[in-house]
Amino acid sequence: MQITTTVNGVEHTDEVEPRLLLVHYVRENVGLTGTNIGCDTSSCGACTIHVNGESVKSCTMLAVQADGQELTTIEGLADGDVLHPMQEAFRQCHGLQCGYCTPGMVMAAVGLLDENPTPTEREVRLGLEGNLCRCTGYHNIVKAVLTCAAEQNGSTVEINA
Amino acid sequence: MTATEAPAAPFIGTRMVRREDAPLLTGEAKYTADLPIPGALHMAVLRSPFAHARISSIDTAPASVLDGVVAVYTGYDLQDLWANPMPSAWIVTEDMKNPPHYPLATGTVNYVGDGVAAVLARSDAQARDALEAIVVDYDPLPAVVDLEDALSDRVLVHEELGTNSAYTWELKVGEEALAAAFASAAFTVKERFVQQRLIAMAMEPRACAAVPQPFGGDMTLYSATQIPHILKVMASITLGTPEQQLRVVAPSVGGGFGSKLEVYAEELLCLALAAKHRVPVRWVEERTEGAQSTVQGRGQIQEIELAADSEGKLIGIRVNLTADMGGYQMLITAGVPLLGAFLYAGVYDLPEAYSFSCTGVYTTMTPTDAYRGAGRPEATYAIERAMDRLAQTTGIDPVELRRRNFIRPEQFPYTAFTGLVYDSGDHDGALTKALEMVGYDALRTEQQRRRSSGGTHHLGIGISSYFEMCGLAPSRVLASLNYSAGGWESATVRITPTNKVQVVSGATPHGQGHETSWSMIVADRLGVDPADVEVLHSDTALSPLGLDTYGSRSLAVGGVAISLALDKVLDKARTIAAHLMEAAEEDLEFDHGTFSVRGSPDHAVPLAAVAFEAFTAHNLPDGMEPNLEAQVTYDPPNFSWPFGTHICVVDVDEETGAVEVVKYVAVDDCGNQINPLIVEGQVHGGVIQGLAQALFEEAVYDADGNLTTSTLADYLVPAASDVPSITTGSTITPSPTNPLGVKGIGEAGTIGAAPAVINAIVDALAPLGVTDVTMPASPQTVWAAIAAARGGDR
Repeated sequence: MQITTTVNGVEHTDEVEPRLLLVHYVRENVGLTGTNIGCDTSSCGACTIHVNGESVKSCTMLAVQADGQELTTIEGLADGDVLHPMQEAFRQCHGLQCGYCTPGMVMAAVGLLDENPTPTEREVRLGLEGNLCRCTGYHNIVKAVLTCAAEQNGSTVEINA
Repeated sequence: MTATEAPAAPFIGTRMVRREDAPLLTGEAKYTADLPIPGALHMAVLRSPFAHARISSIDTAPASVLDGVVAVYTGYDLQDLWANPMPSAWIVTEDMKNPPHYPLATGTVNYVGDGVAAVLARSDAQARDALEAIVVDYDPLPAVVDLEDALSDRVLVHEELGTNSAYTWELKVGEEALAAAFASAAFTVKERFVQQRLIAMAMEPRACAAVPQPFGGDMTLYSATQIPHILKVMASITLGTPEQQLRVVAPSVGGGFGSKLEVYAEELLCLALAAKHRVPVRWVEERTEGAQSTVQGRGQIQEIELAADSEGKLIGIRVNLTADMGGYQMLITAGVPLLGAFLYAGVYDLPEAYSFSCTGVYTTMTPTDAYRGAGRPEATYAIERAMDRLAQTTGIDPVELRRRNFIRPEQFPYTAFTGLVYDSGDHDGALTKALEMVGYDALRTEQQRRRSSGGTHHLGIGISSYFEMCGLAPSRVLASLNYSAGGWESATVRITPTNKVQVVSGATPHGQGHETSWSMIVADRLGVDPADVEVLHSDTALSPLGLDTYGSRSLAVGGVAISLALDKVLDKARTIAAHLMEAAEEDLEFDHGTFSVRGSPDHAVPLAAVAFEAFTAHNLPDGMEPNLEAQVTYDPPNFSWPFGTHICVVDVDEETGAVEVVKYVAVDDCGNQINPLIVEGQVHGGVIQGLAQALFEEAVYDADGNLTTSTLADYLVPAASDVPSITTGSTITPSPTNPLGVKGIGEAGTIGAAPAVINAIVDALAPLGVTDVTMPASPQTVWAAIAAARGGDR
């Protein structure tokens, strides 16, 4: 089947198998490998991207369902050489170690703040529960999201640390 | 405290943000599965659905005719490709039974997930589709999934061995004193603990790709591995490929936690089949197959007995372990439980009255091997749980009991009952700080208030004081344990013509931030900007000497090697500077990147000028080699002995068995800290992995040997919403055995956490008569423990 998508502002037209998952389309057809695959049960969230501005685990959609949609991947988040505020917050707060969950985690965190710009620590933890990280124990990820939210709201962060 | 973008020198001790992060945050970093490899064939592995069976026949013909399929191989087809069986580097006793096994099984399969055939196809999907067309006839044999059942030899996993016991390894110190201790003890406790099997579940599944250059004869293996250097040697031995024809590269690696400290069948298959087909062959693990075929951790039954005098002072310890090997020996399977053998007295001053025995047994489950802490979390769990039991038995407060038994600061360096020397420590200092941070006295008051008010939510406070024997390891100690490699690390420092610095390290990062930490050490010593330090690693062509990353060794061994290489390169630079300045070497001092004559700071030459002079070689002292470069291989004289105290506070609902971690305080002492931001990150992650063992995770096998927790939907890796924030603190007791004064930190959190959590739960439920809760302490388990303590009257 032929599909047309806009990925990070660039239009792509591809012939795809009906069974192709969106994550494989992004990685193999579009060639953007920043979106990682960490499981086969839609549990880990490593493949989270934005579809029309909403965060979605890209293993839960078929590529054909993305026909005509706007996709944003981790590669599309920074503004040129300037990291997105969420990426910068992860960097400042040491919210990543091996980096494998990071693209999905950052995309989910951006989506979380879009929906709730002033989350509590508990709301951040609940909002990210679909994204697994094995390195950080989440402490600094939560801190990064709260820091990013605070910076956007001009307030300060309180996390137990 | 916030992180620092570009702090001023000295950099060591600052919270510098990591240089590794930007590529990882933007998707630019390449993990093995991301590498574009034109023309690669995709491999898929057919895995046994039986835990234990004879293979009676395999028909690959239906698969081999499918679209895109290039070849299908069984173990029988490939038998001629292996020069040696899969490697086992730790034959712990001379009579250890280690049945040979190969990348694909022949004869029998010994766990669900054991590989029986491999498909090569044009695409990954075609390769996986073809697996379903392979027809294997199995003749099922009984499974062995219980360690005591395995010990009984009721069913033999490897019939030809005549037993399931692989080895019995003993460490006995002062047998008469031990017998006397137990005979005279005022108090004894005897506990049995089960260390459930765990799955590392690094977020990046395993992946590898072998890329041949058929006419040059060389082969490059890209792999999601912690150990490119060890893998190269082992692959060379297993395949019979001359070592100089192999290059191993670990691209970005998405976590390991010990599970990628391994030589895997898929790596060897990709190498062998790429050579055979003269094209690249790649493989990417699926999570479910990884749960079955990637090594698992823990898997022990522990019996520990403590003897104490009337004051609660330990006078003897006996330990008896049964350790689950799984179906085969992998790289260091047999040795993992023995890494704990030296730690069953924990941080306590035990006289020479100790007995440790471990029997490794084969079962029909996935092989075990290193998992974060490897032997040491198990040991710490046993002694710290047993200490709480001793506290209950003696009526001494658990804090006071620990204080009475701690090795005191003035006893360091302390020669332990095992003969090992503990470098430095202040256990009471770490405990006291943790007690203050958690607000111990107020918590005990609140606990008392709740107990007397008769509510159903119980407050529990659990303490765990630990030693992390790490920085693996002095080579001669490894020799005494029959480990078949050394424990050194290599570093090279080069100063380039434009005064930039290249550091080559044999340590192999997979999330630890080595590039940042190494650049900080170099920048301080040479007076350069950390951004001017290039760090080369994880590629045997760039960094030919190395023993890689595990056992919290990278800084304590690899970082020290860099420090020593810096000394060596500066010695040479000093000789050149003295020559240029026509001064005596001993009159020169080096500060902020400049050599000057002591007392006359204007008489100076910057390192940049020395570096350029060393490059042009126009005016060097007679006989001196050009260029500024130094290589050091550092063999540590001792392990490093980080320590600390963790305190966990829980709320347990007696109606439901639900445990909520209310507060977690970790006070860790890893000596001098290069980058506290990174140290805290290691503690956070480590603590949550230990807490996850205590509360959530278990690789569960049914009676037929099926892994029933083989997905991330069934195996409970905690999410952010399942775990608390961690309050970290540190004390700093430098190690006297290395010039940086550093110790490891990678495994500390995991070692400290599980006993702190379970001690807290048991403490909460003590008034109900609960004396132990098995891991993972799920609501059902806790509820059942409460019900059992009440005599099943619920």
